Amino acid sequence: MTTTVQTSLELAPVERPPTGLAADIRAARIVCHRELLRWLKDRRRLAAGLVQPLLWLFVLGTGLSRVVSVGSENVSFRTFLFPGVLATSVMFTAVFSGVSVVWDREFGFLREMLVAPIRRTSIMAGKCVGGAIVATAQAVIILALAGLADVPYSPVLMIELLAVLFLASLSITAFGLLLGARVANIQSVMPVIQTVITPMMFLSGALYPTSGLPVWLAFATKINPVTYAVNPMRHVVFSHLDLTPAAARVLDPGLTWNGWPVPFALQLVILAGLGLLVFAIAVKRFSKTD
Amino acid sequence: MATDRPPAIRVQDLQKRFGDVEAVRGVDFEVHAGETFGFLGPNGAGKSTTINMLCTLLRPTGGRAEVAGFDVVTQRDDVRREIGLVFQDMTLDTYLSAAQNLRFHGQLYGVPSARLETRMRQVLELVGLWDRRDKDVSTFSGGMKRRLEIARGLLHSPRVLFLDEPTVGLDPQTRASIWEYLNELRHAEDLTIFLTTHYMDEAENCDRIAIMDAGQIVALDTPQALKAAIGTDRIRLETDDEAAAAAAIKRQFGLEASSVAGALELHVPDGERFVPRLLADLGVAVRSVSVTRPTLDDVFMTFTGRTIRDAEANPGSEIPAMFRGRR
Ligand SMILES: Nc1ncnc2c1ncn2[C@@H]1O[C@H](COP(=O)(O)OP(=O)(O)OP(=O)(O)O)[C@@H](O)[C@H]1O
Ligand SMILES: [Mg+2]
Repeated sequence: MTTTVQTSLELAPVERPPTGLAADIRAARIVCHRELLRWLKDRRRLAAGLVQPLLWLFVLGTGLSRVVSVGSENVSFRTFLFPGVLATSVMFTAVFSGVSVVWDREFGFLREMLVAPIRRTSIMAGKCVGGAIVATAQAVIILALAGLADVPYSPVLMIELLAVLFLASLSITAFGLLLGARVANIQSVMPVIQTVITPMMFLSGALYPTSGLPVWLAFATKINPVTYAVNPMRHVVFSHLDLTPAAARVLDPGLTWNGWPVPFALQLVILAGLGLLVFAIAVKRFSKTD
Repeated sequence: MATDRPPAIRVQDLQKRFGDVEAVRGVDFEVHAGETFGFLGPNGAGKSTTINMLCTLLRPTGGRAEVAGFDVVTQRDDVRREIGLVFQDMTLDTYLSAAQNLRFHGQLYGVPSARLETRMRQVLELVGLWDRRDKDVSTFSGGMKRRLEIARGLLHSPRVLFLDEPTVGLDPQTRASIWEYLNELRHAEDLTIFLTTHYMDEAENCDRIAIMDAGQIVALDTPQALKAAIGTDRIRLETDDEAAAAAAIKRQFGLEASSVAGALELHVPDGERFVPRLLADLGVAVRSVSVTRPTLDDVFMTFTGRTIRDAEANPGSEIPAMFRGRR
């Protein structure tokens, strides 16, 4: 295009954008796009997001495999840990993606979005989807290392895992948004993340099998939302491994409510439902005008 | 200034309280379409709070306000489409480039993509940042960031532009060039500008100014009218014996003179005619005399009891240092 641009500004009025759902989705897409741009620029975040899972998998996984018996000679502890580490990784990345709304507030950019003629719901939805894409993309790098944990590179397995990872990321980003919805600065939300996320991670069965746990621990695991992200991931991985039924019972015992085995699909529905609920509360809190 | 058009901003008994703090205590004013309207006042006067209510970020606790004909509470989205904003604190995404910041903004405001690139070029050239469009904002100086924010505020062709202390912390050249852009814009885009400032020379650029103090408007008029309303000139007098001179002024003319920075100061109407009488009747040796017409500084002093420099030198302690010192 070689049209010359006049320096003087003409008066041409800007056409008004459409309103309604189409406009809301459009606005959310723009906000989401910014999340991705920021992530691509921020290489440190990319790298930092990888250190922890790799430590879990190869240091903890290798170190503990000598003392932990996972009930079957043909399954390594690393393999067992793999879905748990994926879950842990998306959990941390997604929570921070959601909580980044506090950074936006603290560094002023949130106001740029708040005074734009778009709905608060669009801002939150854009951040949620953007954050979930970022968290899933980080997990893809870990997924690429599946072979090192003796998890087969089966396309079906990968696609199933990605789908569950993305759903979990959406729900957990929404949770991060809820934590950050009304908070003014990042220092005041950090301790909250520490005290909420760490127990949720440990009580989810991400790092140990949930079979044969004491009653109190089993109960805590079942009411922990993160369990409904970890368990489906583990199920997906283990359904692609050659396990003896005995080993499968120990390593992938599934989830039971009072003895009733909770179907895989229902676990995902619970995960999505919780995510929606948390998102709705987050939007409600976020939309309050002082 | 066309006064037959509906006002760009109409404010009636607008109030805002934060808990016990009454930040804005019932202000009334109108800003005409195409006017440049200045808001002056010491720190904590309620200027930013008023702007935040006008731009729909804060909900008033009393009264009402319309911007571009739309109510700021019930027609928020309409108001938002019509306004451009430059906040007191920076609101750029420093991780992104200048162009990315602008593109984000243009898209959010629904500027059609065919027009957006042209318009981006226009506003970036206006503020002299076209060459740096692909650089990250984190590498920009304070003045460049401010200019970028002004460009962004104009990108979607708003009808009313709000500028909250647009030139604070900038060097004189940058301030002057920003005012050059603003003056060009007023004519090119028929824009209404609402700004707050602590600088008197900027206030002189405004068609009208309102002085706000402790949540209320204490004066509102053209700069000329406000200065004329003060009515008195300031006389500065250096003498060999200040105490004797002050006593003589009191005795001979019935006027109070105060000692300010090594000289006596007194206020009289029509100072130039008063000086000959003063010198003739004083009876104390005078080393120098000067007469100054009232300035906006004097206006500010009269209405708020502070000089504008004091007001700026003592930033409100309620604002965290990290936000104030960012440029
Ligand atoms: N969010 C808030 N919560 C509580 N008090 C607030 C809030 N925002 C402003 N205030 C108070 O309202 C008063 C007016 O503040 P405002 O920021 O409007 O002043 P200002 O005139 O813009 O001052 P400055 O020249 O320093 O920018 C101050 O006393 C301030 O402490
Ligand atoms: Mg202010």
